[in-house]
Amino acid sequence: MKELVAIVMAAILVNNYVLSQFLGICPFLGVSKKLDQAAGMSVAVIFVMLLATAVTYPIQFFVLNPNGLGYLQTIVFILVIAALVQLVEIILKKYIPALHASLGVYLPLITTNCAVLGVCISNVDNYLTATGGFAGGFVQAMFNSLGSGLGFLLAMVLFSGVRSRVDKCKCPECFKGMPITLISAAIVSVSFMGFAGIVENLLG
Amino acid sequence: MKNNKLKILTNGIIKENPILVLILGTCPFLAVTTQASNAIGMGAAVTFVLLCSNVMISLLRKVISDKVRIPCYIVVIASFVTLVQMIVKAYLPALDVALGLYLPLIVVNCIILGRAEMFANKNNPLDSALDAIGMGVGYTLAMLAMASIREIFGAGTWFGMAVPVLKDNNISIMTMAPGGFAIFGILIAIINKASNGKAIKKKDFSCEGCPSAAVCNGQNCAEKREAAAK
Repeated sequence: MKELVAIVMAAILVNNYVLSQFLGICPFLGVSKKLDQAAGMSVAVIFVMLLATAVTYPIQFFVLNPNGLGYLQTIVFILVIAALVQLVEIILKKYIPALHASLGVYLPLITTNCAVLGVCISNVDNYLTATGGFAGGFVQAMFNSLGSGLGFLLAMVLFSGVRSRVDKCKCPECFKGMPITLISAAIVSVSFMGFAGIVENLLG
Repeated sequence: MKNNKLKILTNGIIKENPILVLILGTCPFLAVTTQASNAIGMGAAVTFVLLCSNVMISLLRKVISDKVRIPCYIVVIASFVTLVQMIVKAYLPALDVALGLYLPLIVVNCIILGRAEMFANKNNPLDSALDAIGMGVGYTLAMLAMASIREIFGAGTWFGMAVPVLKDNNISIMTMAPGGFAIFGILIAIINKASNGKAIKKKDFSCEGCPSAAVCNGQNCAEKREAAAK
């Protein structure tokens, strides 16, 4: 149990996907202008990350590895994620239109989000050989996805707050727009560097 | 005619530099530019995938039906990425370790899908190849510039060679995550200043450069534009 908490905490704070691993930068810079959009996008990302891990991890374990097809990982994973996102969108549209209205617009953007493919690949790389066979590794992988998604949410929400202030401020003409956004992202990511080592000390 | 070909080639290097002007494919740009040698490796890998996929998609542009084009592009791109992964693993194991996760992630690099969608499916293979080379070289040069700054000041080395004085006075935050964001911001600001703001004129994240535009029908951008108008 302690181990799983450590995985989630590490994924949220120490190895934050956006601010220390540079995955999912496009939505981080593009959709972080307003708080509600940032939160909506992040919830959609968490959902797709969990779903994608739940599907790709068993595929790697039961289909690709036993048949020596490990090299097909990239192709299979991206296709599975793309199909999954489409499927989820169709299901939401048909059965839960309210949720589709709030999350729907973000779903297509997630197909090409490197954070989702990144979490699937790193789960397979890190937890496939974990002790406890399939179930042990699978649980760890799912918790890692949850943590990574929550880390993405945290970064997006924090940054949209910072950004709403920054956009109102005067800055040199050539820094307007993207440059000043990146500089503020740098400062937000400095604050996340402070979390290095926290998980070992808290739970170790 | 010849002039036109040259224009396609240089378009990606300067006028529409994929990173510094179009701001596409930022994730690996920030992540692997801690060392100049990694930047060259990543740039070469992206250029190769871009060239192959652009030519292939251009050849297939009359075969692929419009409705399923995005999945088709993804399959083509993913196949070439797998090829690159195998080559790098076999011949350059050190680079494979350094690039790690970012090598398979070339699949979701917006530049490649973006060029397929914006250029290769409308033009003949030769023009597409030239466009891919231009974009690839532009990407590699931008990566190299960023990596050189970060490596020289952050680690005091360049391509692994020690730089006098700076070696003992390195600013290590430059090679860490915050340094990546800050230097990228400053580079874009310099380009803005140099071109008098012409290069990036309110262009941030327009549908033009967004590979998802086809699927989202500009819903997101329309919302953003409304927000900007207010």
